[in-house]
Amino acid sequence: MSDVRVAGVGLTPFGNAPERTSRDLFAEASITAFEDSGVPRDDVDALLYGNFMGELSEHQGHHGPLMAEAAGVRAPATRYESACASSGTAVRDAVMRIRNGEDDVILVGGAERMTNLGTAGATEALAIAADDLWEVRAGMTFPGAYALMAQAYFDEYGGEHEDLAHVAVKNHENALNNEKAQYQSAIEVSDVLEAPQVSSPLGLYDSCPISDGAAAVVLTSEEYAEEHGLEAPVSISGTGQGGDRMALHDREYLARSPAAREASDEAYADAGVDPADVDFAEVHDCFTIAEVLAIESLDLFPIGEGVSAARDGRTTADGETPINLSGGLKAKGHPVGATGASQIAEVTKLLSGKHPNSEFVEGATTGVAHNAGGTVASATVHVLEVSE
Amino acid sequence: MSDSETRDAGFDEWLDAAEEDRAYYLACPNDHGSLPPRRVCPDCGATELEDLELPDSGEIQTFTVTHVPTPAFEEDAPYATAIANFGPVRITGQVVGIDPADVETGLEVEIEVTVSETTGERVLGFSPV
Ligand SMILES: [Zn+2]
Repeated sequence: MSDVRVAGVGLTPFGNAPERTSRDLFAEASITAFEDSGVPRDDVDALLYGNFMGELSEHQGHHGPLMAEAAGVRAPATRYESACASSGTAVRDAVMRIRNGEDDVILVGGAERMTNLGTAGATEALAIAADDLWEVRAGMTFPGAYALMAQAYFDEYGGEHEDLAHVAVKNHENALNNEKAQYQSAIEVSDVLEAPQVSSPLGLYDSCPISDGAAAVVLTSEEYAEEHGLEAPVSISGTGQGGDRMALHDREYLARSPAAREASDEAYADAGVDPADVDFAEVHDCFTIAEVLAIESLDLFPIGEGVSAARDGRTTADGETPINLSGGLKAKGHPVGATGASQIAEVTKLLSGKHPNSEFVEGATTGVAHNAGGTVASATVHVLEVSE
Repeated sequence: MSDSETRDAGFDEWLDAAEEDRAYYLACPNDHGSLPPRRVCPDCGATELEDLELPDSGEIQTFTVTHVPTPAFEEDAPYATAIANFGPVRITGQVVGIDPADVETGLEVEIEVTVSETTGERVLGFSPV
């Protein structure tokens, strides 16, 4: 089984670019990734591309060949759709294809154009990640679903909105020097607590923004990297995926994410690491409560203790396990289909000392990327390690 | 959200029944509850599903008051959405007949099919018992 190397990564700025098509966004990210990798486009065996709402925002289906063309790649191309975990699932399949020897070089990534829909339109588009009959038609929005989980969490384990506010403050702080981030501005706890409510107990600053953007990653087999003398010190050593019932009300737990636990158990076992070995993680904080559920699912903090981790300084840049040094979805932005691949890019840069926040994880060998779809009916977890 | 006049088989029949106080759930031989349309028990794969009467009331397990809705609920906001436990199944619904600010965990509710003030479409709702 081949080790899978991250040969190159590329991100567009995340943010407000309503006029930019997803093909243009992905083209930009792919150019950066190819330049970073030193891999010629001709060597690409496949494109695996994540996108969630292209039909709604661009009246465009069948993204695979369109994006291969945009990236200048002549290879079979497939779109992956798993709501906000779309490119996480694409990365996972890319890893498995390289490992089993089917492919040597895969371009994997994703893009999303969202801001052209406006806030109401994007809210409607995001809602389709839920069960249309039994959730959306009852008026449940995407923020509303996470608000239901936040309320359930508070009732079951304690915690309050102020705890969640510290997650937002931390992630904004981490994004201050991330030039690709949508928000490079510090906020205070009072800003979060006084912001307009979106869906109680969550307010505007508990929620990630609506974003346009793309991410691309060139993955190669270890053999290919060595033969071609690539500088690719980071490998994806573990992959896992979990699933759960579609509707939140059908889950065993309203304040836990078993699909993400399943994914992380699998990814840790695959990589041969323990949660205690994890130096830092990029997690899917579409809402502040989501970061809490994520770090508990990853077994980085015990169930019920994740809520106070940011407030207690345990997940801040200088804490014991820094979480979302990129700024996370909250501050970096969340162009849905790009997010999973962008986390791989951020973890790779952090591990190889090329990230503006690498100083906080100097000597780190193990980072984790956690990508979640819907209310975590889909989840992928990847373990990245610095190869000897 | 479907924008045609076409009904969704299974789901719309359930709303019809709920409007006549005959809400039901699907039970498999192993006592797993689920909601239609469904041919297979999602818990155990059993295919012999029977319609059983839903208990008259459920208890709110979690709730939220939504201020930023989708366009289909623009005129309805702010409104409370809750997950209520009816025993064999949990259901998500819009809480009506009470000030959203007074909705709380533990509140006893019954099914009440209401309509969206925005679209006039039927909405699965809960009202306090
Ligand atoms: Zn069953």
